[in-house]
Amino acid sequence: MEEAVLIGINSVFIVAVVSTFIGAVTCVQISYNLNNAFIPRSTIGFMVREMTILEMAPTITSIVLAGKVGSNIAGGLGTMRITEQVDALEVMGINSASYLVLPKMLASILVFPMLVIIAMFLSILGGYVAGTLTGALSGQEYITGLRSSFIGFNITFALIKSVVFAFIISSISSYKGYFTTGGALEVGESSTNAVTNSVIALLIADYVCAQVLL
Amino acid sequence: MIEIHNIQKSFNGKKVLDGIDGVFESGKMNMLLGASGTGKSVLLKCIVGLVKPDVGSITYDGRIFTNNKLDIKQEIRRKIGMLFQGSALFDSMNVNENIDFPLKMLTDMTRAERRERVEFCLKRVGLEQAGKLMPSELSGGMKKRVGIARAIAPHCTYLFCDEPNSGLDPLTAIKIDELIKEITEEYDITTIVVTHDMNSVLEYGDNVMFLYQGKKLWEGHSSEIMDTKVRELNDFIFSNRLMRDAKKVEQIEEEEQREEDQRQEEEKNRNK
Ligand SMILES: Nc1ncnc2c1ncn2[C@@H]1O[C@H](COP(=O)(O)OP(=O)(O)O)[C@@H](O)[C@H]1O
Ligand SMILES: [Mg+2]
Repeated sequence: MEEAVLIGINSVFIVAVVSTFIGAVTCVQISYNLNNAFIPRSTIGFMVREMTILEMAPTITSIVLAGKVGSNIAGGLGTMRITEQVDALEVMGINSASYLVLPKMLASILVFPMLVIIAMFLSILGGYVAGTLTGALSGQEYITGLRSSFIGFNITFALIKSVVFAFIISSISSYKGYFTTGGALEVGESSTNAVTNSVIALLIADYVCAQVLL
Repeated sequence: MIEIHNIQKSFNGKKVLDGIDGVFESGKMNMLLGASGTGKSVLLKCIVGLVKPDVGSITYDGRIFTNNKLDIKQEIRRKIGMLFQGSALFDSMNVNENIDFPLKMLTDMTRAERRERVEFCLKRVGLEQAGKLMPSELSGGMKKRVGIARAIAPHCTYLFCDEPNSGLDPLTAIKIDELIKEITEEYDITTIVVTHDMNSVLEYGDNVMFLYQGKKLWEGHSSEIMDTKVRELNDFIFSNRLMRDAKKVEQIEEEEQREEDQRQEEEKNRNK
């Protein structure tokens, strides 16, 4: 539980910033590309919603979290390994892998979907702000767009993805950190590897999820 | 009492431990002496089960530890306290929580009993005031003390210390050695200390085992170590200038004694 609070609080700010801007940028770009009198402006709102919920919120948030949570997990476990804290647990007769890794995985799986929901709201809000500020569409049009042909499963889909990503990031990072050998240099190496490997695995999983579930 | 028999261990085809036998008595400071890289830490890790030896057996008070069932291993491990080279305190917990941790995980003591035990252990190592500090706020010597307190908190029967006084100033080093010896005798613990410090061997050691390139070359009481005929051990002892000087003084004294004896003899003869 402590772990969950830690991951959540430490990441909520960066997730908020990133998702708000992603929403804003998406909105501006769509309105730029949709300069056609025959398409109602509210379509922009609709497209922002679809893009952020399906792809931007879960995937971008998870990539951001891979950088933050992944390096944190790998660095933390790696440091515990090289400073013999892992050995200290083992000598006490405690199964260090399950004691250290399980809570981190559970916490990630619990917290990622929450952060993704926050990211959805904020990117849609960011789109609203950007859309009305640039005069691309009125607030009323945006909201009309948001409400049109809403598919509930898309949210479920995004949350399933976030759980899958949470599992991927926390397990890869834990593995990299737990099996660190050497010194401080190798700990840095493990965290870097944890992040790059997580991001690659995450994008592959993203594709697989889209294929299987949509 | 811990007995080890024919411990062998290789890493990547390189033999680090080459058939080590030994007995470590309870209530004694059993010391593993040797230069860096001779496999002292690996031997210690084999004994506590962090590293699995390729060959050999280890028994704790007659109970087989190697290759035994997991629950028996865990039961023995619960009686093991270990002080690591870098102390290995959990750096997300403060001193109190560090010492409380094995109690919380391994015993069914109540919260109040645990608090009492933590207080007692902190007091025993002379750190009553430090309970609320984080490991990063401690000096090297304090870290070792907390490490000792954590090791002895669950009433350990076996205590392992990997270079307890490395990286400490000489005065602090002596205090740590002293503390380990006191605790060993007070609670009749089987203590194994890994060291390369001749000072602690001579001052606090009981039984000493000298390792050289993965082999045991000498074994005996610390008081006999200066008279050894083993060349590698001699080189090791007298690599230190103070030790060389001490040896010289000893030789000079011996010579003077001989001359004195001779003089007395001659005098006796003359008197006859
Ligand atoms: N996990 C390991 N993998 C490979 N080699 C190791 C491992 N642990 C120790 N060694 C090697 O074993 C030898 C003895 O190491 P160690 O027991 O740490 O020496 P010391 O006597 O200084 O404590 C060293 O040459 C070290 O490189
Ligand atoms: Mg060592």
